[in-house]
Amino acid sequence: MLQQVIFILMAIFTLGMALGTVTARNLFHAALFLVGTFAGVAVLYVLLEAEFLAVSQVVVYIGAIATLIIFAIMLSRSMMGKEAGAMNKQWLFAAGGSALLFIVLAMLLSKVPFATQVAPVPPDTIEQIGSSFVGVYVIPFEVASVLLLVALIGAIMLARERHG
Amino acid sequence: MDLSSIDLRAIGAWFHGLLISSGMSQTGIHVIEALVGALLLLIFGLTLVIFLIWLERKLAGRIQDRLGPNRVGPYGLLQTVADALKLLTKEDVTPLDADRVPYNLAPGLAVFHVIMALAVIPFSNRVIGADINVGVLYLMAVGAIGSMAALMAGWASNNKYALIGGFRVVAQLLSYEIPLVLAMIIPVMVSGTMRMNGLAVAQGSIFGFGWFVWTLPLAFLIFFVASLAEGERAPFDLLEAESEIVAGYNIEYSGMKFAWFFLAFFMNSWVLAAIGTTIFFGGWQGPFVDQLPALGVIYFLGKTMILFFVQAWVRATFPRLRIDQMMSFCWKFLVPMALVLFAAVAIILKLNLPQPLEAITLLVANVAILLTGVTLLGRTQRKALYAPKRAFTPTIPRL
Repeated sequence: MLQQVIFILMAIFTLGMALGTVTARNLFHAALFLVGTFAGVAVLYVLLEAEFLAVSQVVVYIGAIATLIIFAIMLSRSMMGKEAGAMNKQWLFAAGGSALLFIVLAMLLSKVPFATQVAPVPPDTIEQIGSSFVGVYVIPFEVASVLLLVALIGAIMLARERHG
Repeated sequence: MDLSSIDLRAIGAWFHGLLISSGMSQTGIHVIEALVGALLLLIFGLTLVIFLIWLERKLAGRIQDRLGPNRVGPYGLLQTVADALKLLTKEDVTPLDADRVPYNLAPGLAVFHVIMALAVIPFSNRVIGADINVGVLYLMAVGAIGSMAALMAGWASNNKYALIGGFRVVAQLLSYEIPLVLAMIIPVMVSGTMRMNGLAVAQGSIFGFGWFVWTLPLAFLIFFVASLAEGERAPFDLLEAESEIVAGYNIEYSGMKFAWFFLAFFMNSWVLAAIGTTIFFGGWQGPFVDQLPALGVIYFLGKTMILFFVQAWVRATFPRLRIDQMMSFCWKFLVPMALVLFAAVAIILKLNLPQPLEAITLLVANVAILLTGVTLLGRTQRKALYAPKRAFTPTIPRL
């Protein structure tokens, strides 16, 4: 009962924040709304008793990605403080792409058999996540880290001073 | 009076009984107990800050051959209360061009993130807000909210200095988060748990020989230096370097909103000291703590205060670094050393040595990496010292 009340409140909060993200005219505000959306999703994870996922959500999305986005907005001078229009020349293509994505997601979600019975949450999920990272899913895990390394080296190559 | 009867659990049990006798539902009792626990932590944190500000000012005064606050109350103890009252009565100025909502939200978020961190800190074996199994990661997540608050304040103030302060927040807090996390992960690897209380329990041994600071001194050093930077303390207080950017991201804040940032700053320092105590100094562990669990709170607060004292001591004695020095110290010294230590500890733990041997190997590895790192740093610094003092060497034109 209480959980459902919290869930509904948080879902409304998250959706409101997501709506704010796409409708805000000020880019900085849009980024802040995005942070709110991430925080809402993290709370939903907590409600599902997935603490690790919730905390990772905050660390990765709020701590790293949102900060990076805000930083990028702050560094680009023309964006700061000005109200940017919600539409640009590509709105038609963007709308088409979004509609397609929505249709695909909706079809996918209607096909997925969702568990309606509440399964017991295993006591120590964190150990299971850890052992599957270095066990079953070791190759995707390593590929992801190689990808990050490539991005890191690329960033250094772009930013370094060229001598001579 | 029988000392062993002092058990904090008894208070909890009494309160639980009181709620049951009032005939509430199970959920209601749970919610009320959680709220009361959260309120207690909040009150504890806010009251503590009043004392911490006085302590730090007094210490800094003594260290710098001044008297420090000594007018209001005995030993100036009520100075902070007077200051808080003054700040409460001050006019609350909002800049005309400020971005109102983020501007007003930022001080709240700054305090919020520190109080959230209090939730997972084990004051004793039983006195802990929430002993979640991702405690260490949770602390990092909460810290991220703190840098978000400073960023919002810097941007929304619509002030050049505040904006530079905001940029520095991202640069400093994000950079130093890396050695901080790496240093915190090392005890987690050794003890095999991310629970804050689990970390404290893992260090239980006679006379504090089980403390991770003995076996992992380098990890503690990295943690401590990074925590100074995360706590925005001198020599790393570049965020509010008065001589460069006036007051950094909180320049436009006045009255109680400024006080909130101030409060968050002091509580953050204390929380970092408390994390250091839990992870490296055995937390609530101490003599006779098994017989008398309430002693754990005293040990914990005592150790944390000692660590806080060292932070204040460093702050009062060291001059501020330059921003480029600070960044290169993090990226070229702390991060590589933390990574090497991380790899070394992982390999040593994989060897599966018997207990005393493993601790000795860890200690040897720590000291060896520290000495190598410091020697290399000294060598490069000396080279830089003797290098020609010109910004560029003129090239002789070829004829």
